[in-house]
Parts: sequence; C-alpha cells; structure tokens
Amino acid sequence: MNEILKPAADWELQSMVKQLAARNLSIELVGNGTKRSVGRPVNASMAMTTTGIRGISLYEPTELVMSARAGTPLSQIEVELAGRGQMLPFEPIDLGPALGSYAGSQTIGAVFACNLSGARRITAGAARDHLLGVVGVNGRGDIFKSGGRVMKNVTGLDIARGLTGSWGTLAAMTEVTFKVLPMPDDTATLVFTGLTEDLAVELMCAAMGSPYEVSGTVHLPQTLAARLLHDDLRMAARSLTAIRLENFPRSVAYRKGRLKERLKVYGPPIELDQESSLRFWGELRRLSVMPYGSQTYLWRISTAPKVAPQLVNTIRRHMDNVETMYDWSGGLVWLEIPASADAGASDIRRALATHGGYATLVRADIGVRESVDVFQPLNPTIERLSRGLKSAFDPSNVFNPGRMYATI
Amino acid sequence: MEFLAPDHGVIARRELILSGLAEAVGADRVISDEDGRRAYETDALTAYKCMPLAVVLPRTTEEVSAVLRYCHANGVKVVARGAGTSLCGGALPAADAVVVGVSKMNRVLDIDFAGRTVRVESGITNLAISAAVSPEGFFYAPDPSSQLACTLAGNLAMNSGGAHCLKYGVTTNNVLGVRMVMMDGEIVDFGGPQLDPEGYDFLALIVGSEGQFGIITEATVRIIKSAEGARPMMLGFDSAAKAGMCVARIIGSGIIPVAIEFMDRPAIKVCEAFAKAGYPLDVEALLIVEVEGSEEEISERLAQIVEIARPLNPSSVTVADGDEQAARIWKGRKAAFGAIGRLSDYLCMDGTIPLSALGQVLDDITSICKSHGLKVANIFHAGDGNLHPLIMYEANDRDAAHRAELAGAEILKLCVKVGGCLTGEHGVGVEKRDLMHVQFTETELVLQLRIKAVFDPLDLLNAGKVFPLDVKVAPDEPAGDAAHAA
Repeated sequence: MNEILKPAADWELQSMVKQLAARNLSIELVGNGTKRSVGRPVNASMAMTTTGIRGISLYEPTELVMSARAGTPLSQIEVELAGRGQMLPFEPIDLGPALGSYAGSQTIGAVFACNLSGARRITAGAARDHLLGVVGVNGRGDIFKSGGRVMKNVTGLDIARGLTGSWGTLAAMTEVTFKVLPMPDDTATLVFTGLTEDLAVELMCAAMGSPYEVSGTVHLPQTLAARLLHDDLRMAARSLTAIRLENFPRSVAYRKGRLKERLKVYGPPIELDQESSLRFWGELRRLSVMPYGSQTYLWRISTAPKVAPQLVNTIRRHMDNVETMYDWSGGLVWLEIPASADAGASDIRRALATHGGYATLVRADIGVRESVDVFQPLNPTIERLSRGLKSAFDPSNVFNPGRMYATI
Repeated sequence: MEFLAPDHGVIARRELILSGLAEAVGADRVISDEDGRRAYETDALTAYKCMPLAVVLPRTTEEVSAVLRYCHANGVKVVARGAGTSLCGGALPAADAVVVGVSKMNRVLDIDFAGRTVRVESGITNLAISAAVSPEGFFYAPDPSSQLACTLAGNLAMNSGGAHCLKYGVTTNNVLGVRMVMMDGEIVDFGGPQLDPEGYDFLALIVGSEGQFGIITEATVRIIKSAEGARPMMLGFDSAAKAGMCVARIIGSGIIPVAIEFMDRPAIKVCEAFAKAGYPLDVEALLIVEVEGSEEEISERLAQIVEIARPLNPSSVTVADGDEQAARIWKGRKAAFGAIGRLSDYLCMDGTIPLSALGQVLDDITSICKSHGLKVANIFHAGDGNLHPLIMYEANDRDAAHRAELAGAEILKLCVKVGGCLTGEHGVGVEKRDLMHVQFTETELVLQLRIKAVFDPLDLLNAGKVFPLDVKVAPDEPAGDAAHAA
C-alpha cells in the first residue's frame, strides 16, 4: 500500500470516494493512523487520511458547542477549549502509547469514529453522548449531514450518533459538532489502598451510588500500581482504588469529607490535591500502566460492574500473568495478557458467555488479528442488521472492508 | 395534511384479520368494537383522528412477537403505541393498521443499585421508573412534562427530553439496552447492562426512530443518585434578550444549573393565575434556574448566579425560601401547557435554536403569529435552546386552525434558518413530516430511509410518518433487501 490519499476538503473526499466506488476500489480510512493496528487487517487498495481536512469551524463557549473538521488534532481542540476554561467531558482515552505510537496525536474525527472515552465516561457519558452533529461522505459518494449544533434535536434518525464506534467502516466523517463543558475549578482524589478486587468494585459502586457526583473510579492491582509514574502512588506499593471528585473548591472539600466518612470501613485513603490528581488521571488517560510491548496483548472488556471480578477470576483460571485494570467502577476491564496464538480469545469469550459483556482485542500481532474475532462476535440477527447498515451507507465496500468483521 | 391511501384490500379482510389476531394472542388481547377502538383514534395531537383496524394490547414480548409475525405474514401495517401522549401524531392510527399498545407491559424486572441500572418492561410510565428506585434515593433522569402518563416505550421512540436534560441528557444518553421485536416477529436484544455497544451503535439509531424500526418491549436504563437537595430561583427581566444573555453568561461562567426554564409575559400570567407560584407579573421574561447539591453548595451557586445576573439589571430576583415555594415554582412551570389549554386551544411547537439567536427569534415568533392574527406564549428549556411557542387559536374556527398551522411552519423554518432544528424532543410524526425537506436534502432523507429499510423493508411500521411521502429510495437500489439477500 504505497498511495495515501489526502483530500483537503469534504468535496474533494467526496469526489475521490465516487471514483473509488466506480472503479470498485476500497480504502483504509484513517485519521492520523495512531489506531491503525486496532481491528482486523484491512484489505484495501489504498489508504486515505482525513488529516488534510482540519480546523475548528465553530466555537461558542456560552452554548457549550464546538465544530471541527475531522482531521483536526485532538490536542489542538483541547488547547482551544482550555483557553476558555472548557473541556471534552468524556475525557477521550489516548491509546497511542499502548499501541506503540505517540500520545497526543489522534484526530477528533477518530475520537468519535472509535467512540473513545475515558474515566469520566461513568458520570458524563461517552464520546457518543456528546456528538451533536456530523457532516460526512458515505460510500456512494454522497455528502450528508445529520444532527446539528443544538443540544436537543430529534429531527430524523440520529445518524451522527449511529456512526460512533463504527471505526470508519460506514462513512467518512468530515466535520463533527460536539458538546463541551466547563472544566471543574478543583479536583481531588481519594485513593484507598490494599483492597482486593471484589472489595474495590464494591467501594467504587458505593461511591458512584452516593450523591457526590464522583467523576472517576478506577482500581489498579499492586503490580500495575508499580508501573505508575506518579511517585507517591507507586511507592505506596499496594493496590490502589481511586475516587475522583470535581467541582468548585468548597464543594470538593465538603464532598471529600462526606465520602471519607461514608467509605471509612475501607480504611484511610491517600488524598491527592488538584495538581497531583491531574497527574494521576492524566496518566490513566494515556493508559500508561499498560504500555506497548511485543510480549503482551491487550483486551478491553465492557461488562456490568458487579460481575467484573468473577469474570476476571474465570479468565485467570485459564491463563497466567493476567494484569487487570478496572475503570468505570468495574464496568470497563483492561486486560493485559501474555502473547499467544489466539490471544486467549476462546477462553475470554467463553467467560463472557457465562458472566455477560463484550470484549475487544485492542492490541495483538497482525497474524492473530487475522485469525480471531477482534470485535465481539455478533449473533446472526445483529450480524444481518450490521451488514444491512453497512450496505445502506457503503454498498460497494469502499471504507475499511473487514476491519470490524470479516463479512462487513 | 396528506395521508397514505389506506389499503382497501386489508380493510376488506378485517374480519379475517381479527380472527387471525385472536388466534395469535387470544381474543381477550384484541379490541375490535368501535367504542373500544375510539379510545385509540388519536394521541395528544388531537387535530388528527383515525379509527384503527383493531387494537391489540399484548402482555408479553412473545405476544408482541406473535402479533407482528401475523401482521408481517399478512401484509398488515402496525402502529406502536405507548400511552398516546405524542404531541406530533406519532401514535396516530391508520384505517388499515393494527395498533399494538404496550401499556399492559409495565413491570420492573430487575434493579441493580450497585451498577445503577434498571431493567423494565417498556409500557411502564416514565415516573414509575423513578418511583421504583426512589426508596433508595435514585431516579431516572429524563423528565418530559407528561412523565406521569407517558411510557418509556414512547420516550425511547421519540428520544424524549425534559426540563433537567441540560445536566443529565435525554433518553438516548440514559438507555443501555433494549429488547425489540422486529416486524417479522423476531426478538432481538441490543446492548445490555454494560456501557458499550457490542458492534455498531444500533441503540443510537433505534432511539428516536419513532416506532418505525420495531416494537421495544423491555429496556435497561441508567439510574442516578438524587442530589442531596435542589433549589430553584427566579430571575425576572424587562426583555427576552436580557434573559437570553443571562443564560449565556451563567453557562459561560462555568456553571451548569440542573435546569434553566424560560417563560414570557403571556405564559407567566397564565401560569401564575393557575399555580399561585409567586411569579413576578411585571416582567417580560422570567428564568427559573435550579441548582443541586448540599445546602451550602446550593447557597454558594445561587449567590454566584445572582452576581452574574446583576449587571443585566434583573427586575426581580427571588430564591425559593423552602421546599414549599420550590414546589410551587415548579408546579407553575410543569402545569403551563395545561393552564394555557384551559384558556385556549394551542399548537405547541418544539424547534431548537442556538441560544445566541434567542432574542431575535422570540421577536420574530411574535411577529409571525401577529401576522396571522394569533397570540403566542413562550415557555421553554432555555439552557438548551429548545423552544416551545404555544400558538393559541380557536379549534372550532377552521380558518384559525389553518392559520395556526401556517404560523407554526414558519416558526420551525425560522428555527432551521438560524442553525437549529424542527424538533428538539417531541418528534416529527405526522405533524412535521412535510417540513423535513426544510432541514434535510433529498439525499439525506433517502439515506435515512435506507437505514429504516434495514429494519422494516416492507415499510409496515408506523408508515406514512416522519418521511415526506414524496421521498423514495430509487427503485434500482432496493434498500433493505440487501440486508436479507446478503
């Protein structure tokens, strides 16, 4: 694959797609390419990047809305937002370091195309919840828009949101419009230490069930805590269960006090102030405790919090040296496992069949990704509907053929 | 309004269809007599009425499946119905269609407080979900004004919002999974108790599809722990523009209140007469701003909001002094539509606009209505720009009713022109169907129809709504068939 198409505007992308479709050619559609190694290997004639279509086209801080062309670097967006004291509430995770690429180089289009969310997703909602509108080009070469710049909009089908998490297999987004929120004035973190996974999930759920608007809950076993760059926490040399609070300073102080009282049976927590909290949660956002390594593979499991520890135990019965990080009060499990021929797919998916949930193989060698289901296998009806949806957008398979599923 | 021509062949087979339905789910589930059917001939958009072929009220997902399978096999159209509170004619029956109502399926199936989810049958009312979890201090966030009566099924179909979605989002942000019966009777689960979808985000497409994709019989929704307390305050202004500026400045300052509601002078007057809420009567615009938290947090936030408003010279500032006054302030707002309804018939519009256009749009709405010889009251969710102009008219006066429709259409076109949309939370239904051309190109409408056809290729579900009747998928591209043929 030598040729990389780089359209500079949506109309140019449209004309390229029309030509590709007419010639029965397909493309691997990427932003900056940082997640190119996620998914099944794409068997495409050439690649196309959206990075030529960039720039912030609308920002209205008092309406909490921004529009940006798909190829705009996320870092540029976050700088612009920070300048007005605002942020992306869903705290998009940066998979760059875990995939052997750089941190901070993904595009805003990819954030939505892959529905990337971080720790605050548990309270604020996912990337998909913040997407208000999209301009895109489908596989027929039609430019379309869906949604718009207003918060509430039920006019017609919610195609914009329907494109999130489709990994560029349905359409090429050329512009996204999304909701933003003010940054909190203050952040504090309570870090409980030495808890088992069962107790940690219990604690995280109890914190989420409090009225104190906890905005992050994560558990790291001791082995992963040892990989933190954050000195104080690494040197605690115990498992860590972190609870984040964000609001104006007096509120954070009050809520911290109430939560400590409510959670005192779990032992006295380490308290992180604003600066220390930002460093810790910033690290988690880059998944720094599960860095790229050729000897390990990485899974991402979405499940109900209360079954997460049992699910992990079941998986551990089948493989050794499994490292686990729990986010979203246990509803998101990151699993690092030793490299193997099938990446443990059959054992992991069998455990999921018992306990419930979905698993995605985020990092593995290309040969493995060719042979196992990277995304959760679909039941026949959902697979039929998925093929139908693909065909509604992209009947001649121009975009990312086979990236999510072999037949789609 | 042009309606789909009914299929007289189906109507002629009515007796046969009735016995087929009775065989499928039992005669006691089928309403066929005229008096029984009359209760279903309209929804909350009462301007349109149509007697359905029959009404079926199943008790289980399997019964819904049996009805749809029968209708699919026999080419009979189906209109899904929750509580019939749609303001856009979303549940309006058709003479050749069977109404399938989910109102008898209203159980709470499972509550997971630790995971903060509830699984319910879809015919449960919106408020009953909160009622089921309130003993533990939780609630279900979307709160449409009709929440006492409306069903979750209808909320899912329309992606309903409410007063508190500025902070908590709308239906689509609060649902994790659904069990849906497809038109051919197949029962499919989308999503579940986990936060992520398994593949494509079908839930995003299903929520808000206005009963055209399938009939949802169960859903898993998120519940949230209630704040320790909440308190509203009222800010009166001598112009709508200043009230709009105040909203922008509050949000721009980094404060996201749980709700910001707006009323103009005509609305204030009617609501005050009804609820005795203590609304100021000498202002042009009133904001109700509510914040949540502990007593101390609330006081600090409200004080900040007063400071933000001060440079705009509010003509009145009232902080609720206790739960009783807070309840009265909300009672007036929540009863607004009913209170205006006691004075006059009205059409309720639902367009959304960018907040920066608020002052101009409100002026233009008044002029539009005036030019049609009509009065208008405005009550809406200001935090998210979702307008609800109530155009008042006399229903017995056919000319006035027609003028009200014309004014409504002009207002919605204005909303789209300033960068907004036709409907923020009520849905398109039949009411706004023909205005879809204003917001979407032909290509965009065809793309939506292709997606609909993936779910309902024969177009039997809630047919003749949402999409203008003249929009067709080109015959050489049989959308939907691909899903089956592949």
